[in-house]
Amino acid sequence: MTKTKLSTLLLATTLLSGTAAMAEDVTLTIESWRNDDLAIWQDKIIPAFEAAHPGIKLNFTPSAPAEYNAVLNSKLDAGSAGDIITCRPFDASLALYEAGHLADISGLEGMTNFSPVAKSGWSTDDASVQYCVPMASVIHGFIYNKDAFAELGLEEPTTEAEFFATLEAIKEDGTYIPMAMGTNDQWEAATMGYNNIGPNYWKGEEGRLALIAGDQKLTDEAWVAPYRQLAKWGEYLGDGYEAQTYPDSQNIFTLGRAAIYPTGSWEISGFNGLADFEMGAFYPPVQNAGDTCYISDHTDIGIGMNAASANPDAAKTFLNWVGSSEFATIFANALPGFFPLSSAPVSLDDPLAQEFISWRGECESSIRSTYQILSRGTPNLENDTWNASVAVIKGEESPEAAGERLQAGLASWYAPHQ
Amino acid sequence: MSKPSNTRPFRWHIVVFLAPAVLVYTAVMIYPLFNTLRLSLFTEIDQSRVYVGFENFKTLFGDPNWSTQFWNALGNNFWFFVIHMLVQNPIGIALAAILSHPKLRFAAFYRSAIFIPTILSFVIVGFAWKLILSPIWGIAPGMLDMVGLKSLYAPWLGKEAYALTTLSLVSVWQFVGIPMMLIYAALLSIPDEILEAAEVEGLTGLASFWKIKLPLILPSIGIISILTFVANFNAFDLIYAAQGALAGPDFSTDILGTFMYRTFFGFQLQLGDPHMGSTIASAMFAIILVGVCVYLFGIQSRMRRYQF
Repeated sequence: MTKTKLSTLLLATTLLSGTAAMAEDVTLTIESWRNDDLAIWQDKIIPAFEAAHPGIKLNFTPSAPAEYNAVLNSKLDAGSAGDIITCRPFDASLALYEAGHLADISGLEGMTNFSPVAKSGWSTDDASVQYCVPMASVIHGFIYNKDAFAELGLEEPTTEAEFFATLEAIKEDGTYIPMAMGTNDQWEAATMGYNNIGPNYWKGEEGRLALIAGDQKLTDEAWVAPYRQLAKWGEYLGDGYEAQTYPDSQNIFTLGRAAIYPTGSWEISGFNGLADFEMGAFYPPVQNAGDTCYISDHTDIGIGMNAASANPDAAKTFLNWVGSSEFATIFANALPGFFPLSSAPVSLDDPLAQEFISWRGECESSIRSTYQILSRGTPNLENDTWNASVAVIKGEESPEAAGERLQAGLASWYAPHQ
Repeated sequence: MSKPSNTRPFRWHIVVFLAPAVLVYTAVMIYPLFNTLRLSLFTEIDQSRVYVGFENFKTLFGDPNWSTQFWNALGNNFWFFVIHMLVQNPIGIALAAILSHPKLRFAAFYRSAIFIPTILSFVIVGFAWKLILSPIWGIAPGMLDMVGLKSLYAPWLGKEAYALTTLSLVSVWQFVGIPMMLIYAALLSIPDEILEAAEVEGLTGLASFWKIKLPLILPSIGIISILTFVANFNAFDLIYAAQGALAGPDFSTDILGTFMYRTFFGFQLQLGDPHMGSTIASAMFAIILVGVCVYLFGIQSRMRRYQF
């Protein structure tokens, strides 16, 4: 590994000092935590890039997801990290930029293909500097068992009232568990629960930015109402949901025992191989028929450039290509469920993934409310939201009390709320 | 030239023989321990390490965000310990007493069967019990149903009121072999003459256990208690394997080990803070140190020992 890097460096230095024509032949090393995607990079993405850009070679070197942050940090400190860095959203990458490890790439042409929401995961708090190109997002919603819905004569619910009527009908029939979700692992209740249905209440970006600015509080109706809906979920989750883990929920749904699965699009590729029934998806039901719908289209993967890279021009060429619709199409089809963030139009072959991405046209996109800035202090708002969502679903805390507790925690360290 | 020296030559072999153990122990135990204690006196400001004295301890005990978590973890840890003392050790002693009965058949088989869980990995034990107790796939609801007690079943690991006790009992199941083995060894070392003398005096069966054997194995029970105390206050693995670093539901199974892990290494969005983590580790070290000292000076030195 070190040896390759050393030879790459040596090669690069030799070539850079050579003639201009030869200086183009460089190898870029890509750091990533997506070791699941190794085959996709090697078989699809890298050949496509290298065919279009002769003279630049790519070397994708992923590490294990749980170790990525620590490994990357020590490599950056030691000066042995690759040219291209895959970026976690928000604070982890912001810290790398502030430490001078990620280059400012605000001026990149490809960056114009992205909306401000897409860019927010990898820009400074005032959005003036962009340090990673948004690569992929995941969209929240509900996947359902089409066969079960047909059997019970149910339709996709679009309003909250219809949603609960549907759940009630499934419960009454008794063949299926109405909804597969557990509270054991905690994060599902917040990620697939609160942040899935919430944007409809706080009006997506409008509410999220107002919360960050301190103009709205977590005790406001818009932020408590999602908890009120969550409190009603408890009776529609299966028996013993308190001890049900995330893999349990996945298995219950793909075995056809549950009708609805609150989720994110990242499940699509896994579920396609497991479920032997037809799956459909609907976005979080709105309060009243005709309301604008808001979806959580969460920025998940970005890609940036090592500030110490010896090949900044080649790296920029690559990052520009990541922002193009060519990359978006390859990536989205290779990994259905991880959607490209560029505004460039993309067509998807997977019907379920196509359904998810089509909501971008119908609804307003937002990201998870707790991820930007608000989870920087102690207590961590995101972790507290997990805890509150679980307590509300179990009926151990009232929605109002949960809102007050979270607000008090946030106000204890976040100046705009003091 | 060959004037006999009256000072003995320096005995190098002692140093040579001690060196490997001392070096390894220093490198992997003593140095990390003191470095952890040192680290708890620092904090990180603008990416450089700054000495802050006891500021971290003030935060840990004074800031409600930290102190409620700390006291919750400490309280849970005590309950974890109490369950072990009340369930694991008495059962261990009882099993040892039964096993040491000369007329018991298949004693070696029982002894191995009860001891085997101790050598299993925490991960295996945690996952196996999680599956057994699972409301969805587990065999516990079905087995209770077979004997008509389905109504007693609850998703124990998911209920705040039961989760910690359930995990403590799983840990008891795993480790009951240790007190059993130690007590068994102690019981075997009691000379037959004493028991025969007691029998002549009219003490047999249970009476001989309570009046003769139990007093003789008290020092072993003391050792077991202190081992249980140290092991329980350092526990982490089982909770982590079964409930993850968030020690759910709602931190009801959070013990000092998981609290320290979460703080030190970070979890999900919470960034790791080695300095606060070291502060918690230092507090754990102090608690265990005090506990062991109380035992050593308060109890063990007063314990009566019998020489055979």
